[in-house]
Amino acid sequence: MSQPVRRRRKRFPFHIVVFLAPATLVYTVFMVYPLADSLRLSLFAPGEAGREIFVGIANYLTLLTDPLWSDRFWGALKNNFVFFVIHMLVQNPIGLLLAALLSSRVLPGRNTYRTLIFTPTMLSVVIIGFVWQLILSPLWGVAEDLMGLVWLDGLFAPWLGLEGSALITLALISVWQFVGIPMMLIYAALLSIPDDLIDAATVDGANHYQVFWRIKLPLIWPTIGIVSILTFVGNFNAFDLIYAVKGALAGPNFSTDIMGTLFYRTFFGFQLQLGNPTMGATVATLMFLIILLGVMIYFFIVQRRLQRYEL
Amino acid sequence: MAKPTRTSSNAIAMHAVLGGYTIIALFPIYMVLANSFKNRAEIFRNPMVPPTPDSFTTIGFSTVWQRSAFETFFGNSLIVTLVSLFLVLLTGAMAAWALSEYKFRGNILLSVYLALGIMIPIRLGTVSILRLVVDLNLIDTLTALVLVYTAQGLPLAIFILSEFMRQIPKELKEAARVDGVTEYWIFFRIVLPLTRPAIATVAVFTMIPIWNDLWFPLILTSSESTKTITLGVQTFIGQYVTDWNAVLASLTLAIVPIVALYLIFSRQLIRGLTSGAVK
Amino acid sequence: MSGSLLSGSGWSGVLAAVAIAWPAANAAAEPLIIESWRNDDLVIWQDQIIPAFNAQHPDIEVVFAPSAPAEYNAALNAKLEAGTAGDLITCRPFDASLALFVAGHLESLNGLAGLENFSDVAKSAWVTDDGSTVFCLPMASVIHGFIYNKEAFEELGLSEPTTVSEFNAVLDALKEDGSYAPISMGTADQWESATMGFQNIGPNYWNGEAGRLALISGDGHLTDAAYVDAFKALAAWKPYLPRGFEAQSYPDSQNLFSLGRAAIYPAGSWDISVFNSQAFFEMGAFPPPVPAGQDTCYISDHTDIALAVNATSTQKAAARTFLEWMTTAEFADIYSNALPGFFSLSNHSVTLEDPLANDFLSWRGECESTIRNSYQILSRGEPNLENQLWNVSAQVINGTLTPEQAAAEAQAGLANWYPPQQ
Repeated sequence: MSQPVRRRRKRFPFHIVVFLAPATLVYTVFMVYPLADSLRLSLFAPGEAGREIFVGIANYLTLLTDPLWSDRFWGALKNNFVFFVIHMLVQNPIGLLLAALLSSRVLPGRNTYRTLIFTPTMLSVVIIGFVWQLILSPLWGVAEDLMGLVWLDGLFAPWLGLEGSALITLALISVWQFVGIPMMLIYAALLSIPDDLIDAATVDGANHYQVFWRIKLPLIWPTIGIVSILTFVGNFNAFDLIYAVKGALAGPNFSTDIMGTLFYRTFFGFQLQLGNPTMGATVATLMFLIILLGVMIYFFIVQRRLQRYEL
Repeated sequence: MAKPTRTSSNAIAMHAVLGGYTIIALFPIYMVLANSFKNRAEIFRNPMVPPTPDSFTTIGFSTVWQRSAFETFFGNSLIVTLVSLFLVLLTGAMAAWALSEYKFRGNILLSVYLALGIMIPIRLGTVSILRLVVDLNLIDTLTALVLVYTAQGLPLAIFILSEFMRQIPKELKEAARVDGVTEYWIFFRIVLPLTRPAIATVAVFTMIPIWNDLWFPLILTSSESTKTITLGVQTFIGQYVTDWNAVLASLTLAIVPIVALYLIFSRQLIRGLTSGAVK
Repeated sequence: MSGSLLSGSGWSGVLAAVAIAWPAANAAAEPLIIESWRNDDLVIWQDQIIPAFNAQHPDIEVVFAPSAPAEYNAALNAKLEAGTAGDLITCRPFDASLALFVAGHLESLNGLAGLENFSDVAKSAWVTDDGSTVFCLPMASVIHGFIYNKEAFEELGLSEPTTVSEFNAVLDALKEDGSYAPISMGTADQWESATMGFQNIGPNYWNGEAGRLALISGDGHLTDAAYVDAFKALAAWKPYLPRGFEAQSYPDSQNLFSLGRAAIYPAGSWDISVFNSQAFFEMGAFPPPVPAGQDTCYISDHTDIALAVNATSTQKAAARTFLEWMTTAEFADIYSNALPGFFSLSNHSVTLEDPLANDFLSWRGECESTIRNSYQILSRGEPNLENQLWNVSAQVINGTLTPEQAAAEAQAGLANWYPPQQ
């Protein structure tokens, strides 16, 4: 512990309170309280005359075991994993590749590339959803014409409408939009690698690829770890794109249903289906637990191993 | 002799990859911008062709202009985004500093408490948030949006910033403390400048979901004068869904300001990323 | 910069500044706010309906504040929970609104002057189960059928089909010619398949009200031949739908038809006003074709939209004044003519100027009317029958479920919670 802080220990450390109070206060009032209140609801069920009765974990048992609910729940969970895996396999490697190229110190125009490639990330899903529906629309034929340029138009299909491909297509649209985020985080990490490390390696005769694989990559593993966990959290919170393109019923035949759309349908209802706040809160709590589990796995297993690589 | 050739072929390959991806990133945006200036029949017949004198029209824009208060929506989005961003960055950096620098009882507990918010979509608490906002008499105000977005942005900001702040070399802080300056001085004069790249990064990631949010404007605001641009566009698309001229024009109007803002901001971002990197 | 700038008061000062800078926009005036999902109608309310009301009641300011249809139920429920919803609430038919009334969000309208201008059938979608309390004022019904491109029909020498076999012959002729997509419909939005497809042609198979009421009483089942046949008829559309119909959304279908690239559009009468403004060819309409050997035709004449008073409104008197005005012949006339395809539910006789709307309306004289069979009572439980019909109708057309499987799945869902079907 540092000297000044030890000295201050005699007095009340007022500055710590000043530093922490504003953030903690806003966060507690506008995030933790509403969420806790919603989670409390998951232990209740609607009773007579709008009053809610305490039912313990009955909602959870229904959601996980009653086929009516559990089919949708496990289906959404499975789809959500597919959604996440596609992001990990496509978004993050592309982000890493782009960041590696952009961080090259000799490439002219790299800032322009970086700025332009990040642009889609700035746009709202309202725009993204509409545009991609148009491009992939079999009626408008843009995607088909483009594939025709490379004689692949025979492979075109209405992907967004087919049970087998709708989820993958949506995941790739999401990758297209958000690839800028891993790119930027990894790019910033690459920039912060001390020049003398790279210079020393270059002097020793290492080429670009060797410098990247042996020096840079091990140094940015922690950042890639953070990117992965952010991707996980982001994907299990995803909702907007699928809602904007496929609606809350997440068709065809629930093939694009993820936790976010399941929660929305349950909590707020849909068309003639009435909202069920207590069951919705149950779905929300399970979403929270799944994410918590993933984050804990990351912190207790992955990050510990990663830290060994740090200098 | 071999080395320069190798470098230039490398450079060509790098340009090919980056250029190719840039086209993929920008093509859909081009489709919106180009077609928003074309008449309806041409949009369907030749979607990829840029507007020609024959097909050029601004009818979509005039529909949007007459039927929608886009300039108000844009102003609202700008205010909400910038104020929330300022509050998230300032209070988030303060909290991140306290958590990463000072040892006090409950530090780890508080860190975990503040990080929990990264994992939970704030949307799950919508009904309670709405009740709270009504109780505070803030319904249909931009203030309500600012408070919710600040709360929403803080966990990630604190998480990322405290990771970076831990890397600040001890010597810098200790040297200042020996000089007898206050902790506030250390925070503002040493820590904040050193964390600039992280702050710029957090700023971008905080800004995007706020600017693009559809949900809370829908729930917390109701009048035309408090609509944000995302909600305005969504409503407009709903109203004019078959009028592609108008829809594409409204999308263009929604794209152009945020991209312009980003291009201006991105210079600051580059400067922040390149000059102040923690080494 | 010194540390003192960062005191607690400085921060709350920022917050206070935010609060002062952007106060509530509508703090001063107290207009009547109408919540609605009909955002298509915004201009008509602003330019025609509200000015007509203000001509008689200049002292009551009315604001029509619609939200997107897909978000309406969720947003409205959240606002009602928090007590921030508008004074007048647009009602979905049957159980969705009944639930709002039971939860105490809507006022009873019993005793409202002018309510006698509505028949029991008109009110049936917005009364309590015992029929004693009306809680929404009926506005309009919508009728299903088919709108077609007259020029395309004349070009190919086709005439309006009245039977299923004639309908199929027309489709074959259109497909053979190849210049028009025979039917403009997609399955991407799912509801199109169920509403414009199944509920459109279905009443001819289950004999309208008789079949609908039999499902409610438990005498009929969704696995009966009538429902399987309706699904079969729907499945038969597949070869005539545009290429890539699996990804075709509702607006795509509208555009394809209004741009003259498709010949027949399975319609709801509400589509009329969109087509009037966008299609540059003459249009006609025919009712759902009847199966072989059947004399009576049945149409879906669905009670669709109504208006209620928010129980927590601070201006109930003004809100009731507005509703009373809505019971008059004047409102029926303005509404029906400004929004052709929304047919007034009042007993006032209204002269419609739109020929296409008159086509639809004329079927009331020729055919038996019914409403969508999933709306009353049958969507009260889990799984929700309406949502199930969306799913299975789209799948039947896509070919991923057979008609028999679709019927069995819907029946199983209903039997899961509805005692008369168990």
